[in-house]
Amino acid sequence: MNHASLSSIFLDSLLINNFVLSVFLGICPFIGVSGKFATAWRMGISVIFVITVSSILAYASNLLLVTLHAEYLRIITFIVIIASTVQLLEMFIKKTSPLLFRALGIYLPLITTNCAVLGVALFQTAREYSFAQSVVFAVGASAGFALALVIMSVIRERLELSDIPDMARGTALVLMLAGILSMAFMGFAGMGGGA
Amino acid sequence: MALIHEPDAPAASAGESMEAFFNGLWNQNPVFVQVLGMCPTLAVTNSVRNALAMGLATTFVLVCSNTLISMVRKLVQKQVRIATYILIIATFVTIVDYLIKAISIPVYKALGAFIALIVVNCIILGRAEAYASKNSVGKSMLDGLGMGVGFAFALTCLGSVREILGAGSFLGIPLFGPNFQPWVLFLLPPGGFLTLATWLLIFSAWKARSKRKTEVLEEIAA
Repeated sequence: MNHASLSSIFLDSLLINNFVLSVFLGICPFIGVSGKFATAWRMGISVIFVITVSSILAYASNLLLVTLHAEYLRIITFIVIIASTVQLLEMFIKKTSPLLFRALGIYLPLITTNCAVLGVALFQTAREYSFAQSVVFAVGASAGFALALVIMSVIRERLELSDIPDMARGTALVLMLAGILSMAFMGFAGMGGGA
Repeated sequence: MALIHEPDAPAASAGESMEAFFNGLWNQNPVFVQVLGMCPTLAVTNSVRNALAMGLATTFVLVCSNTLISMVRKLVQKQVRIATYILIIATFVTIVDYLIKAISIPVYKALGAFIALIVVNCIILGRAEAYASKNSVGKSMLDGLGMGVGFAFALTCLGSVREILGAGSFLGIPLFGPNFQPWVLFLLPPGGFLTLATWLLIFSAWKARSKRKTEVLEEIAA
């Protein structure tokens, strides 16, 4: 059991140990879809969806694996859960809200390979979070991912018109910006109160 | 993401096999050229030892999964191929996870969840889909080895810079005198981003330079 309070878990996963900027999870989509604000926030919302649902399912299946003494199947189980969650959500959203489905478009299937999703499932197991703690952690971490993605997309839209040397365009520029953002997020480090 | 799509070639000569190996090591280096697998690249390169361990683990998974996927490539139905690949990869990652735990507990603790996260490293699924599902077993194995060594090489490049600047040591051996003031920022997350950005800059500057060189040479010849 982990005794961290819910609010400290939320703040810790949202800002202090932001998934993108200090734990380095989900860097590929962070570089890939942060070009435009409109796509960035949609990707952010889909990720919040998927991470929260898959975290609940991963918690339940981990309980089952522990009672069966089959912990060695953990990685395989989690990855299957994530892939099927993404598929289910895709079908569910298509049925209930075609508008949202059209907005999210290709971002939903892409989330299967987002390592932040598997990261949440693995971290909540390793830290022995309770059910409530797991859900709060999942929401905080995925909101942190969305936050970093949105900030980066806004900066990149602003830089679109500025004069950048040719060789720095593309990934190198994004990584430099991420480095500076990550330094800024280090300023949150004192906030946790020993979380 | 510039994954290369080779046509299905039945037989492989020695020259072609070597090409499959060096392709991953240099021309299509997974980190510096294709910019894939960023998460482990940034997360575990705060020391050379961790970088090497991660590179070795990923190489092992790449070689094994490429070989097995190439063996079963004619049996797997098209619709379920991605799911099959992920299951094969996850199996080998579980093996690596237990192997590292058995070999060295400190390395296991330093790499943490990133060993399990090899499953979602896009290099591995990318090679399975783009190469192993279309080529013979031997060539797929060499391709996996080349990509793995290329990945390990890139990780070591990053790890060396970060360890030398951030801790003043290489593989744990102190390089400078006791008066050295470590640049701790390079061990922290921002250092990872900035070091990789600098390596990418150096690579693209070098590529632009060699491109200009060939252009000038052609002009002189014409």
